[in-house]
Amino acid sequence: MSEKEVKNMEEIFEARIARDEKIEPKDWMPEKYRKTHIRQISQHAHSEVVGMLPEGNWITRAPSLRRKAALLAKVQDEAGHGLYLYSATETLGISREELYDQLHSGKAKYSSIFNYPSITWADIGAIGWLVDGAAIINQVALCGTSFGPYARAMVRICKEESFHQRQGYEIMLTLCNGTPEQKEMAQDALNRWWWPSLMMFGPRDEDSPHTAQSMKWKLKRKTNDELRQQFVDQTVPQADILGITIPDPDMTYNPETGHYEFGEIDWDEFWQVVKGHGPCNKERMEARVGAWERGSWVREAAMSYAEKQEKKKIAKAS
Amino acid sequence: MKNQDLYNYILGIADNSLILGQRLGELCGHGPNLETDIALTNIALDLFGQTRSYYQYAARIAGDGKTEDDVAMLRVERDYKNVLLVEQPNTHFGHVIARQYLFDVFHLLLMTELQNSKDETLAAVARKGIKEVSYHQRFSGDWLKRLGDGTEESRTKMQEAIDHFWPYTAELFDTTESDQKMIKSGIGVDVSLLKESYYKEVTETLEEATLDVPENPYFKKGGKQGIHTEHMGFLLTELQYMQRTYPNMSW
Ligand SMILES: [Fe+2]
Ligand SMILES: [Fe+2]
Repeated sequence: MSEKEVKNMEEIFEARIARDEKIEPKDWMPEKYRKTHIRQISQHAHSEVVGMLPEGNWITRAPSLRRKAALLAKVQDEAGHGLYLYSATETLGISREELYDQLHSGKAKYSSIFNYPSITWADIGAIGWLVDGAAIINQVALCGTSFGPYARAMVRICKEESFHQRQGYEIMLTLCNGTPEQKEMAQDALNRWWWPSLMMFGPRDEDSPHTAQSMKWKLKRKTNDELRQQFVDQTVPQADILGITIPDPDMTYNPETGHYEFGEIDWDEFWQVVKGHGPCNKERMEARVGAWERGSWVREAAMSYAEKQEKKKIAKAS
Repeated sequence: MKNQDLYNYILGIADNSLILGQRLGELCGHGPNLETDIALTNIALDLFGQTRSYYQYAARIAGDGKTEDDVAMLRVERDYKNVLLVEQPNTHFGHVIARQYLFDVFHLLLMTELQNSKDETLAAVARKGIKEVSYHQRFSGDWLKRLGDGTEESRTKMQEAIDHFWPYTAELFDTTESDQKMIKSGIGVDVSLLKESYYKEVTETLEEATLDVPENPYFKKGGKQGIHTEHMGFLLTELQYMQRTYPNMSW
């Protein structure tokens, strides 16, 4: 294709997006669009899979059989989300192996929130309430994104995430209506998960270089700061109902704007975790790489078995 | 307790599902790929679903305000009645599959018979569970064949796993005193009668998987009498952690 032709295709492409048409894997797309989507969707897939770890951590210790089953089902949902999203990424012409390689080598990122430890049962409540809650806000915005397979995966995933969030909030509510010890456990979890949850929306708009391009492709419909504000506005009243306190002395309601104004995020901590030096970055990667390596003989066996079966079928047919 | 034998009988079945479910729960997120993670989680969820029905029933029989969680989590090790097979650790994926398959074949035979129990509650749990359990056996049996007839390495590992778990199989067919009373009254299943079908089924699958049927005639037992392996205490420590640390609270 000549430069002029490419330019022409690009114009048609941008016009389709502007008309809210979905881009499908077989459609022509600019290389940058493809690369950006591979990066973002796979990053999302990795987050689902790494996100299984801090919660999976509590399956064996869940306080009741009902909670144990619900937690198992939740972690299983996250595995399912990982699967849809990897499949959506694969439609852009990259294999699952390559994607795992990128995760395991540290080339690909995943949501930093999962580099924080889950150390009490209340953390399972807080993760559902805050982390799934923040994820929904990010993801609802993506249900209308331009890339068809991603948008469709998001619609499906959002439904399950809102169930997770309600479940997490219900864990918190039970703790807050329980003994003083239980309520203290809930407060402690909120103290530890609040700021990392705000960080889930990414850097401030002025420090977020990809925002303009992502807005144009509808990979983002609102900026990081807008989404973060929406999360705060939604969550503060929920904490009030629980009767626990958001660990931010600067939090005030501004009746004129109708928004809560909150204190400064510790951006040094944000970058420390993003760059791989958070409390559990190393443990999370060791767990993923370890599972993958321990599983290699199993995957090889499955492949070899399938080949043998195929050969037998052919031998039978001839 | 008025129905002590029925209570004991129920725990004999329920504890197997609880302890195996607990073992599978350890694996979630650590399996060879996402598909096996999802499938093993499904199996664990089925087992926990069944076990909750049993414990709710046992709690009603025990009376004095006991809940399913009290029965499931607040006993001492000697009072757990599961077979030794299900408490063995997830040493590697071949172990997970061997343990699962050797249990599933038994479990399906048991559930099939339990549908005819004179106890309506147990019969209902069995009727509901039978589809689940036959799926479990299909899953574990398929993997047994894949790993047995896969690569040289997987065959060796799978054979080692089958050899390792073989001595734990005979206990499945033992009956306790309470079991015998329940069998007499038409509530319990006489598991000793399932032995032949069990080994026939297992032998066929092992052959299909190109694996040898172990010839080891020495078997291990004790679980049904509450005498467990050294692994059990650690498993219970995690299972009971919250209930022991924060007694008398609701979650
Ligand atoms: Fe998810
Ligand atoms: Fe979720």
